Amino acid sequence: MWIYEKKLQYPVKVSKCDPYMAKLLLEQYGGADGELAAALRYLNQRYTIPDKVIGLLTDIGTEEFAHLEMIATMVYKLTKDATPEQLRAAGLGDHYANHDKALFYQNASGVPWTATYIQAKGDPIADLYEDIAAEEKARATYQWLIDMTDDVDLQDGLKFLREREVIHSLRFREAVEILKESHGVKKVF
Amino acid sequence: MNEYIAHAGAADQLRVWHPFVSPLDPCPPIAEKTFIIPPNVTMPWQPPGLPQFSPYEALKLGTLWPAYYSPYETTPK
Ligand SMILES: [Fe+2]
Ligand SMILES: [Fe+2]
Repeated sequence: MWIYEKKLQYPVKVSKCDPYMAKLLLEQYGGADGELAAALRYLNQRYTIPDKVIGLLTDIGTEEFAHLEMIATMVYKLTKDATPEQLRAAGLGDHYANHDKALFYQNASGVPWTATYIQAKGDPIADLYEDIAAEEKARATYQWLIDMTDDVDLQDGLKFLREREVIHSLRFREAVEILKESHGVKKVF
Repeated sequence: MNEYIAHAGAADQLRVWHPFVSPLDPCPPIAEKTFIIPPNVTMPWQPPGLPQFSPYEALKLGTLWPAYYSPYETTPK
């Protein structure tokens, strides 16, 4: 179970009225390398991973949901006050036709989220290598999103999220080292 | 049936709410949002003997029953 804290992991401030940026941010909401995919991937893989690294998948999977909330807040702030005409001008006319201003789990191009974005192979190395790759792809996506806005306050939140993916990747790499079991052990041949 | 009666339900079907507005919102806030409660929700079982539109008007509006007519106009939301 979880205990919910009614606040964001890191403050989200958006200072530039730029509904088009909301469309781009959806890549981290319902995209292949987005936060929903990350959270669901780790929280599912953890059941069949060796005991020593279950807690890591639980912790990181949970944090990804906190990231998802931050992205949702950014998207909502950028779209809630836009008129249908403004959404259309921002390339969100197709989104409006289907969802009004509701958020939806889809990527920046409007492709709905699918479980085929994630994998659970049952093999610990295969799963952890996928997780490391997912973190690097999420980090890269944050970089390209940071490149797409000049709102320094929005960039601040995105830079925090990017750094977290750097650390997540590091922890998954450490998990691989733990599973190698030679870590920290002196071997004499 | 005249235009006034045909649209008599419009105001009754509209609900207004006020989403949270932050002083830090990036865009000029829309303070008031609306949604529609269509008459099939408020009267989910049609009572017998309701007044009817004229056949010509009913063909135009999509229903024979003024009580079940739901007009829609774009509102800022
Ligand atoms: Fe994340
Ligand atoms: Fe992550």
